[in-house]
Amino acid sequence: MITVNGDRFEWKEGLTVQDILDAKNYTFRMISVWINGEAVQNRGDYASTLVPDKGEVEVIHMISGG
Amino acid sequence: MNKMKLLAEWDYTPSAPRLGYTRETLYVGLGNRDGSYRFEKRPVTDDMIDKFIGGRGFGLKLLWDAVTPETKWNDPENEIVISGGPICGITQYPGAGKCYSVFLSPLTEQTYNSNAGGYFAPLLKFSGFDALELQGMAERDVVVFIDGDNGRVEILESNITDDKNAYTVTERLHEYFAADEKDKKNISVVSSGQAATHSLWGCMNFSFYDQRRKVARLKQAGRGGGGTVLRGKGALALVVKMSRVTGNSTGPADTDTLSRVGGKVHKEIRDFDDVQCKMRTIGTAHLNEIMNDYDLLPVNNYKFGRHDDIGRIHSEEYKKRFAQGMPDGCWYGCSLSCAKATPPFKLATGPWKGREVIVDGPEYETAAGLGSNVGIFDPEWTIEANFYADHYGIDTISLGTGIAFVCECYGLGLITRENTGGLELNFGNKIDIMELIHRIALGADEFSRIVALGTRRMKRLLAERYGADSKIMEDIAMEGQGLEASEYRCQESIAQWGGYFLTLKGPQHDEAWLIFMDMVNKQLPTFEDKAEALFYFPNFRLWFSLVGLCKLPWNDIEPEDNHAKYKGIEAAKVPEHVQNYVDIYNAVTGKNVVKEDLIAMSEKVYNFERIFNLRMGKGTRSNHNCPNRGLGPVFEDEWMARPDYFDGKLKEAGIKPEGLSVKEKIERLQTHRRAQWEQLVDKVYARRGWNRNGIPTLDTVRRLGIDYPDVVELLERNLKPEDEFQ
Repeated sequence: MITVNGDRFEWKEGLTVQDILDAKNYTFRMISVWINGEAVQNRGDYASTLVPDKGEVEVIHMISGG
Repeated sequence: MNKMKLLAEWDYTPSAPRLGYTRETLYVGLGNRDGSYRFEKRPVTDDMIDKFIGGRGFGLKLLWDAVTPETKWNDPENEIVISGGPICGITQYPGAGKCYSVFLSPLTEQTYNSNAGGYFAPLLKFSGFDALELQGMAERDVVVFIDGDNGRVEILESNITDDKNAYTVTERLHEYFAADEKDKKNISVVSSGQAATHSLWGCMNFSFYDQRRKVARLKQAGRGGGGTVLRGKGALALVVKMSRVTGNSTGPADTDTLSRVGGKVHKEIRDFDDVQCKMRTIGTAHLNEIMNDYDLLPVNNYKFGRHDDIGRIHSEEYKKRFAQGMPDGCWYGCSLSCAKATPPFKLATGPWKGREVIVDGPEYETAAGLGSNVGIFDPEWTIEANFYADHYGIDTISLGTGIAFVCECYGLGLITRENTGGLELNFGNKIDIMELIHRIALGADEFSRIVALGTRRMKRLLAERYGADSKIMEDIAMEGQGLEASEYRCQESIAQWGGYFLTLKGPQHDEAWLIFMDMVNKQLPTFEDKAEALFYFPNFRLWFSLVGLCKLPWNDIEPEDNHAKYKGIEAAKVPEHVQNYVDIYNAVTGKNVVKEDLIAMSEKVYNFERIFNLRMGKGTRSNHNCPNRGLGPVFEDEWMARPDYFDGKLKEAGIKPEGLSVKEKIERLQTHRRAQWEQLVDKVYARRGWNRNGIPTLDTVRRLGIDYPDVVELLERNLKPEDEFQ
């Protein structure tokens, strides 16, 4: 189990950041992702960035629009 | 073309801008329907610059001095003040042609400020004026012409066209005042349209001449009824002409810094816009499917947040319909260039049926308001509605939200076909809804004239005339302070309840858009956190309106590493862009401010505007209304669209959903959220330095240095000991 923005989220072997974005339907492009307090530096790396079990993931949507 | 008759004229010596200011404003009085006209050059004092900065701040200060507490929006004393601000007119940084129009609003009966792009404010400044005050009411329709090239202001009888609509008026006036085709770019026109003579939704259209397409384009100061005020004054149009425009026309202190900082952002836009917000190819309509994905797209009068037909209004559908590969900035140097336009578009209805026109937009707000919110998922229909709304001089947002309310009333049987002049106003009825728009423009019948008065008045008049149920209408009408909400579904974000309904002017998204931060990121878990965001962001965003900048280059483009370099709320502030603003403000004005000073500048004006509303008989807690639809589901079908989600919300509130009917669940959730709303109001007022009644305290105005004698006297009359926070 991991948390995503504080909500519980089922972990599985090989879980990537992109899997989480897909499952949560986070389609907004202007986001930042932090895993256990460390930023994923490149937005192009989400599909290859693994999330460890018990990880705390933050998917921060910037303010755009409005 | 007819030659316009000169009614009055005035010569002046233009002052060149220095450090962002000309230090003079232009007053034009149109008389009291008596044919008397007055012109005056007025000085800008150091105190005005220190406390009110420019733009909206100048507008509020000048309007304060012009009206009394008894002035109504349609009194001659009411003014339209148009001002850009010190940075307005630079060409080195994107989005620097904005201006603000300030007036007493027919919709909200208090101050309103509405912004637009286009060339008007920069050309006004280069013609020698930091602001234009327009007061009085002309005895006939007139055109006010400010000729900055020759230092002359004229009032002309507007006999060049019988068609009072925006595209006609604007094109004719560009033609009339230009020496040749090349000269048209040196002109900007402000106009409204025929609807504004009887609708309170009248918008102001600000033009710039598109040299590639060879047409005048229109940008709207859409909201609040400024077009209604303009036409009420008998002003068919305001025109400014100035041919001497350079990158240094604002008289900046430090051109090198402007070029360096601007170059940095232009590079970001060039390198990252295609993978970020796609403003250059789609503009703000890139939000359509994103709002749908997050249950934020208003569907059927905000009942739902998404729709299966979203694919039909997907931004790629709009991209196909926008001309690509053309720089679409609405002021020189704006490489973000979000002002999208269609190729020649053949109109299918109305007085121009069959004619091919260039349509500006739709932007997101229009795509949603005159789209999903009225149950229509057809870009061609929305583009046509967008064109006619601009042409007729109607605010597309209020029009969309107002018609959405009408459609729901019709669907609920609160009004019938007998009331609507035979129109079947169900959601999604493209033919009859378009016909209603044309009837609103004409003031064709009783029903369309009622609709044209806006949602707040509709609630009363539909009840009085047709017996519609007032309680239901109060629940579902998405208006605050008399203004229709813009096009985001806010009910699942407590912070955005405040972003919409604890604002100075009503539920318009330009104060604060906190939905992602609150609802998705969960960065604002406590009411104190939400109140802090409702302090910072409205003040930060207000700053753009003081200096003449567009908000979009702040956070619709970001440095490549912003998302990883800064964490949490700090990242959302886009710190490097904030520093850019500090740098360009200093570079123009020669001052030496730091980023904290930006908030301090805004806070003075934010509080002054709140106090101004108090002076006009508003500006207290009771005026911060929030409808039930804004807080959560009202009807069972809304709940049943997301039953598990809403059951979860009940559980979070400590209410067991088991055994409750859907109707009971709705009642419980509404009761809970109404209590949360009251809690939010208290926390926000306290953070802003206001009392429980939403009035700035004496300590606050003294701290901000806006403790003018008349302000203090007004507050002393209204601040009550029982309203103080302990």
